[in-house]
Amino acid sequence: MSTHHGVLSHQNLLKLLSGITAGGMELYAPRKTGQKVFFDHITDVREIAFDPLPTTESPKALLFPRVERLLSFARDGESMRVDDRCADLMPRRVLFGTRPCDAVALQRLAEFFADGIEDMFVGKRREQLVVISLSCAVADADCFCTSAGSGPGDGTGSDILLTASGGERYDMEVLTDRGREVLATFAGLWDEGSPADTSGYLAVVEPLPALAGFGAKLAGAFASTVWKDASLRCLGCGACAYVCPLCSCFDIEDEGTPSKGSRLRCWDSCGFSLFTLHTSGHNPRPTQTERWRQRVMHKFSYMPARFGHAGCVGCGRCSRACPADMNLREQITMLDAGIALQSAP
Amino acid sequence: MRSANTYMPYPMRIDAIIDEAPGVRTFTLKFMNNADAEEFSFKAGQFGEYSLFGEGEATFCIASSPTRQGYIECTFRQAGRVTSALARQEVGSVLGFRGPYGNIFPLEEWYGRNILFVAGGIALPPLRSVIWNVLDLRDRFKDVTVLYGARSVADLVYKHELKEWGTRSDMRLVTTVDPGGETAEWQGKVGFVPTVLETLAPGPENTVALVCGPPVMIKYTFPVLEQLGFTADQIYTTLENRMKCGVGKCGRCNVGPVYVCKDGPVFSYRELQSLPAEY
Repeated sequence: MSTHHGVLSHQNLLKLLSGITAGGMELYAPRKTGQKVFFDHITDVREIAFDPLPTTESPKALLFPRVERLLSFARDGESMRVDDRCADLMPRRVLFGTRPCDAVALQRLAEFFADGIEDMFVGKRREQLVVISLSCAVADADCFCTSAGSGPGDGTGSDILLTASGGERYDMEVLTDRGREVLATFAGLWDEGSPADTSGYLAVVEPLPALAGFGAKLAGAFASTVWKDASLRCLGCGACAYVCPLCSCFDIEDEGTPSKGSRLRCWDSCGFSLFTLHTSGHNPRPTQTERWRQRVMHKFSYMPARFGHAGCVGCGRCSRACPADMNLREQITMLDAGIALQSAP
Repeated sequence: MRSANTYMPYPMRIDAIIDEAPGVRTFTLKFMNNADAEEFSFKAGQFGEYSLFGEGEATFCIASSPTRQGYIECTFRQAGRVTSALARQEVGSVLGFRGPYGNIFPLEEWYGRNILFVAGGIALPPLRSVIWNVLDLRDRFKDVTVLYGARSVADLVYKHELKEWGTRSDMRLVTTVDPGGETAEWQGKVGFVPTVLETLAPGPENTVALVCGPPVMIKYTFPVLEQLGFTADQIYTTLENRMKCGVGKCGRCNVGPVYVCKDGPVFSYRELQSLPAEY
């Protein structure tokens, strides 16, 4: 569909969100817990945090929960009853307050899980998810979305994009039929608008020049010596993977007893020492150096080669979360320079 | 109807158990539901996720040949939590199986060619599927040679089948054990697989070599084959990276731009050379 434009006040936005919860759809939005902000199930719109920066953890759990029950089983006399978890899938949900980088990431994440043999858990959730994003008016020193294929006013992956345009008012772009359907119920709360130049209300994001051509450089840098120095600070804690909107590695483990329990999938990380350990004791990535190289190569070389886009949207969450202060902007800049130096004639 | 759940296993019953070697067993598995049996098909080289509820899933190849229908076989060494629980199962026990996953050995492209199998230890099972597949379609291939080695005589798997292969006139079997692993009655060779391969010196002409074994055997076998004149396109192997999902999502088996579970596990040596050595 063609983009539809409108305007609405902040007050009416809250009414609209209240209407969504009252109308039986689940609303997820940022909620502040101490200093941290997480996407959470919201029943009272006064709980929504309108912080200007990306949330602490990304919204990926809306498609790919931290822990998910793939099936459950219970012994019933001689036979085993297996619940395949398909029956109780997936209510329509409205996700509000994502930033453009988050919405881009949700789209890429859904595409990844649909590739080849589809993961229906993620696919069904994506079908049922309506994404209402807020343009960014502010960026911090860790952001680099404009160098990572997105930007503070990018509507990709969103159904509706709101841009605060002064005076407690939003310019609204309705980008999909799904977005239009949700709005149709609340016709009185917003006015028709026309395409507006919102660029003056958008954050200025510091470019990351090293990212241009970084993937091509990495393609020949597997055996480079830059990885050792670059990885020395890495603790292997996995915090970067947990907050990342595009990290999608997982583990599958059973919980319970042979008579009753569940098969769970849980977030995992290529930074963990056990991630690739074979039962024989052989580990193809024996130290943090190989693991950090995998993280960088996977996101900026392997994923672009395979899927046409990086496994990173420049949201900056990993840099904010790293307890050892491994800043991704700095890492990319340093690796880019180090690889260039080594390959110089 | 089959569940839409990507991770839902087929229920299968253990029909037979063979003790192959210390800690190594083969299960013959049959589908419990006829509809599953009818829907299911696989090709040599593919693998699956075998599971026990409450214990978890483990990844093994399908060790039987697709020419033998109505059942599948898997051979595994008891090592971790899931394989230990599997080893406690008896005939009649029910397992879960998801699959088949992964790519295949391109057997149809090899009609009319000599096939050389080189296997070590517990890595014979993935090649055993191909060996029986080739033997069941014997007239479509030229010379068939199997070189198989293990640490000791006791560690050789499929002992009864080795006996059969050794007496067949339409193939050549050479078995070897590592120095010190032989017994007084041992009739085969004594020496490491790459060394024995060097002395066998099979010709590369119109031949495809399938190599599967522990990383150290692979490492020393490829150069021997190259020295004998095999090109990287004539050499195939199957990788055994750690896996969980089997369908290219969990990220564990990612090596360079490929996922071993869905782009492999079968790779030519030529393909391997373009990948980082993270396997």
